[in-house]
Amino acid sequence: MSKARIDARFAALKAEGRAAFIAYVMAGDPDAATALKILKGLPGAGADIVELGFPFSDPMAEGPPIQRAAQRALAKGMTLAGTLELVRAFRETDGATPLILMGYTNPLVTWGYAAFARDAAAAGVDGLIVVDCPPEEADPLADALDAADVSLIRLATPTTDDERLKVVIRRTSGFVYYVSVAGVTGVKEADAAAVAPHVERVRKASGLPVAVGFGIKTPERAASIAQVADAAVVGSALVDEVAEAVDLNEDVSARVLSKVESLAKAVRRARQGLTAV
Amino acid sequence: MTAAPPSPGARPNDYTAYPDANGRFGDYGGRYVPETLMPLVHDLGAAWAAAKADPAFQAELGGYLTHYVGRPSPLYFAERLTAHYGGAKIYLKREELNHTGSHKINNCMGQILLAMRMGKTRIIAETGAGQHGVATATVCARFGLPCVVYMGAVDVERQKPNVFRMNLLGAEVRPVTSGSATLKDAMNEALRDWVTNVHDTYYLIGSAAGPHPYPEMVRDLQAVIGRETREQMMAMEGRLPDAVMACVGGGSNAIGLFHPFLNDEGVRLIGVEAAGDGMGTDRHAAAINGGRPGVLHGNMTYLLQDKEGQITEAHSISAGLDYPGIGPEHAWLHDVGRATYLTATDIESLDAFKLCAELEGILPAIESAHALARVGDVAREVGKDGIVVLNLSGRGDKDVATVANHLGMQI
Ligand SMILES: Cc1ncc(COP(=O)(O)O)c(C=O)c1O
Repeated sequence: MSKARIDARFAALKAEGRAAFIAYVMAGDPDAATALKILKGLPGAGADIVELGFPFSDPMAEGPPIQRAAQRALAKGMTLAGTLELVRAFRETDGATPLILMGYTNPLVTWGYAAFARDAAAAGVDGLIVVDCPPEEADPLADALDAADVSLIRLATPTTDDERLKVVIRRTSGFVYYVSVAGVTGVKEADAAAVAPHVERVRKASGLPVAVGFGIKTPERAASIAQVADAAVVGSALVDEVAEAVDLNEDVSARVLSKVESLAKAVRRARQGLTAV
Repeated sequence: MTAAPPSPGARPNDYTAYPDANGRFGDYGGRYVPETLMPLVHDLGAAWAAAKADPAFQAELGGYLTHYVGRPSPLYFAERLTAHYGGAKIYLKREELNHTGSHKINNCMGQILLAMRMGKTRIIAETGAGQHGVATATVCARFGLPCVVYMGAVDVERQKPNVFRMNLLGAEVRPVTSGSATLKDAMNEALRDWVTNVHDTYYLIGSAAGPHPYPEMVRDLQAVIGRETREQMMAMEGRLPDAVMACVGGGSNAIGLFHPFLNDEGVRLIGVEAAGDGMGTDRHAAAINGGRPGVLHGNMTYLLQDKEGQITEAHSISAGLDYPGIGPEHAWLHDVGRATYLTATDIESLDAFKLCAELEGILPAIESAHALARVGDVAREVGKDGIVVLNLSGRGDKDVATVANHLGMQI
């Protein structure tokens, strides 16, 4: 099912002539029950694809928002097993929305790549992004994921030149994630004009859809990225909503999902009036 | 001589042929960094290989090591410690006499020359005890480069004199409050800075840890310790020592001492990890003795971690050993059985600190005191006719407040 779910979603959106909106949330943030409520609400709020972070104690590529989200989740006892539980529960009501896990290598090493790939696929995971596992180190993981038919989504960045791009896209499937800024998540802002030629370059080299993330916080920014990319990813801005809702004692899932709605709407409208790509 | 990678646990023909082209020491090492950094670590690997082979670079480095750092450091026969333990002769390799008071400057001098060679204009570093931060700030001052040092907020509090020293040297010290606010978090934050400022920034890692090529490069730069020790030992005793020992945090002073002896199987290599409150507790910093393999900060190595693979906090009286990992070459030397890793508790190290001060007139760094805490056991095991060399990696002036505190005194 796995790779097929991602491919089907991108094909359908291409037919609609619009980009995907990808919502990133952290498993177990602020607690498992609320995270599940958010997760289950994401497709209805307009998320075309879900990225679910699994928390790690030392997330070296994250800015403060996602660092804090991971700490909140870990403080409430979230684990990788707990993350797969959330995915299983999500799949009870949603069989169509692609779900990508995103995190760091060490919890996967602890689980064992082969067993994890099997268990993740069985839970309903379609793809995996491992921030600190570049192609040079990824072969054992890629072997395990291939055997379980789970996509290993690769990252291309502003430092990826054409030579490097060939290495990056080796053994990738589903889509390629273009990191729009050199930096950590949730700090710098992405610029659509600057990103556009890179998206084109990655698309050409890989033959896959290209999602852009790391520097998108507002509906306006999401819309401008959605005009040039196949998907716009928003993460830090969503986990910040979790933090604020907790601080203000508000309904966390309602607040997050309303943010998702406004972002998804902006992405849907982005190409209206433009000729379909 | 090239050696085929050994099957796990097998001993290679040539220990010095590692890491392999992928930065692996057996299963350990590698380059587990975000994609943004991959082109940089490849560039750095190529730049280091070229510099290492360039006689002009080596000559320039050698000049600074002689005239600025004060090398060679003496190899000193510790007569009274020897008599006290009644075993093998104990020699101290006096790295604490280097400029800035520890071995850290050996590495910093090499890397700053490399950074300039690569055209980098901004230096960042992480520090725990502040010794590496001070050494980095020192070479940045010497060569006129801006310097930012990341330091856990907890360490900023317990190492105030070193924070002030860094400031005097013109460095900006950024306290890190994320995570546990100690050395591992400082390293996370330095990596985040690097990934954000890839165009002009050089990350000057302070130990034989991190992604390839750092473990190899830092080892190469610290291997001057072992090379000098060999020569000095041949001149003084006409033979190699029976054992060499060093404390192990990330493992740079230890691997620097060990490396030139790796193929001399008759020389025992002994590292000493920090056991904090004791190995029976969960408050220690002994990655090999109390951890298991995993991936952190760019490499696969032994790590302190929970059953889920979340990194746990290290605990040691010594801020310089207070790290949940260990350099990958040590992980491999442990697995293949070439080196042995012992532990010493906070209390044992404090006792060794006092003993060294009273018998030899040397205040050792509390890090080095961890090795001193086991030197008696090793000297007795090696026996009367034997020779043991201990790397006195740093001086203890920075630790007097900590020691006073533990003695229940105010200074
Ligand atoms: C004097 C001294 N010795 C040892 C260490 C531990 O580092 P390494 O294991 O890399 O030598 C430190 C670290 O700060 C130090 O200051």
